[in-house]
Amino acid sequence: MRVLRLVAVSYWLHLKMIAVSVFEGVFQVIWPIYFATVAFLLYGRSDEPGVLVYAGLGAAVMGIWSVVTTTASGLLQRERWLGTLELLVASPTRFALVLVPITTAMASLGLFSLVSTLLWAWLLFGITVPVASPLAFVVSILVSVFSVALLGFLLSVAVVRYRTAWAMGNLLEYPGWLLCGFLVPLTLFPSWVSWISYALPPTWGMQAIRASAHGESPWLDVVMCLLVGLVYGVVGALLSETVLRSARRHATLSLT
Amino acid sequence: MVRTNFAGMVPVPSGRPVVRAHDLRRSYRTRAGTFRRERKEVEAVRGVSFDIERGELFGLLGPNGAGKTTTIKMLITLLLPTGGSAEVLGHDVVADAREVRRHIGYVFGGDRGLYERLSALDNLRYFAELYGVPPREQRQRIGELVEMVGLTGREKERVEGFSRGMRQRLHIARGLLHDPEVLFLDEPTIGIDPVGARELRGTIATLREQGKTILLTTHYMFEADELCDRIAVIRGGEIVAEGTPADLKQRVTAGHVVEVETFGLPETSVDAVRLLDGVRSAAVEERGQAQVLIVQVRPGAEVTSLVLGSLDGVNVGRVSSREPTLEDAYVELVSAEPAGAPA
Repeated sequence: MRVLRLVAVSYWLHLKMIAVSVFEGVFQVIWPIYFATVAFLLYGRSDEPGVLVYAGLGAAVMGIWSVVTTTASGLLQRERWLGTLELLVASPTRFALVLVPITTAMASLGLFSLVSTLLWAWLLFGITVPVASPLAFVVSILVSVFSVALLGFLLSVAVVRYRTAWAMGNLLEYPGWLLCGFLVPLTLFPSWVSWISYALPPTWGMQAIRASAHGESPWLDVVMCLLVGLVYGVVGALLSETVLRSARRHATLSLT
Repeated sequence: MVRTNFAGMVPVPSGRPVVRAHDLRRSYRTRAGTFRRERKEVEAVRGVSFDIERGELFGLLGPNGAGKTTTIKMLITLLLPTGGSAEVLGHDVVADAREVRRHIGYVFGGDRGLYERLSALDNLRYFAELYGVPPREQRQRIGELVEMVGLTGREKERVEGFSRGMRQRLHIARGLLHDPEVLFLDEPTIGIDPVGARELRGTIATLREQGKTILLTTHYMFEADELCDRIAVIRGGEIVAEGTPADLKQRVTAGHVVEVETFGLPETSVDAVRLLDGVRSAAVEERGQAQVLIVQVRPGAEVTSLVLGSLDGVNVGRVSSREPTLEDAYVELVSAEPAGAPA
């Protein structure tokens, strides 16, 4: 019970912090819209029916991925600048429990970009995304956000030890767009690439979202998305204590 | 008065102090150069040992870079020692770090360490959760602490609009949320205006009266003198003196101090003064355009004319003689040549 309360309160307060900045909020909305627009313009030339819906959904989820990879790993860097990282470590709470609400709050911001991208697609390009199973659609999105947040958690663990590890997130952003099948079907890639794709939770999340929009069963993909995300979460939790010990040994916690 | 104690008094094995540092050591690896990287090992703390008894306010006094913060960070489990051992309330700081964290509070000076975009109240709520303060007690506890540190009425404002003094008071409140038995205060009054610093010292004195065991690091002698039961002076990572403020004053009460105001004082002249018979130590203090040469004189010795003779060619202003103070003891301790230093 105490853990649930801790996670809920921490999540809410970190979300509050992120939401306070209008500039950051607008940026998180505009950034994915820019790339979504490029995708819509490219796919708009196709005569194939349904391709714009494919691109619309892909572009919408792309925002969640971008927010997490580029900013979730940088969140710990913000804690360094604020001088709060040491205080978080000095508290008796397990470090994994401190980090997960932070990255989940960031991933939740991806929901803004998802909604704004869908609205943008509808208003400017006339793309309407038909959602056959609204409940399954919402569950698929929420599970995707949570799983991507767990991946972000693993990334942020590295930042505890290595100050510039946040840059790793930038490195992952564009390959992730391709590997997770946001805009291009995975069948276009060599078969070995699919191993990497299916090791990433958004791949399963994307499939679940598309399936639920088309009225197909998304549940296997939802479960897989959650499981893969949890694997990242467990690995992150195990690593976090080791990484923290290493940071205490190498005195990197107070460095900015 | 804040006395809610949900943490309870933690029993310490009989005969053992609340905080014990034994031959504590910490070295850092630093790198220099861009292409040709050179690694260097710097010993920040070199075998520090001290005990702090329950309810005692112990001061760790020393200049910048002396190893105060490194020592405190090892005790609060943020740094692993490279040698020696330390325990807090009977728990080893390396093997039993989480248990140590549960019972200690940590407050550092400066305006970092707070979430700027959150209100003071939200900052306190967050840390109350991290320290497992029961939800039913949180509201009352936070209210009491906000009142204690004088932030009542401002607690709903975002921290980004707070002055340095207000932030420091909020830090104190944060450090006390879980009613820790042991408090580590790392230069808490640094950068605060005199009135704010005085108020903060009042708060620290109140905490001591409440029975908290406190380790305070500072480089302000008067602060240590006013607050501390015992003081350890640290220099170059080693403790060079330990005792009550009275003990330390005793070290220099015999003899007197000659102060010479100079302009453009070369280091060679200071070295020459140090070699004079009857001179115990000499240090230089910058005061505006002038450099004031502070000479500690042995009992019975008269060195004023010899000192002035050593300052040949230096513009000399006012010369005065006075009784030694605690600050003189401190200056003498921290400016002496470290043991084993090259002659």
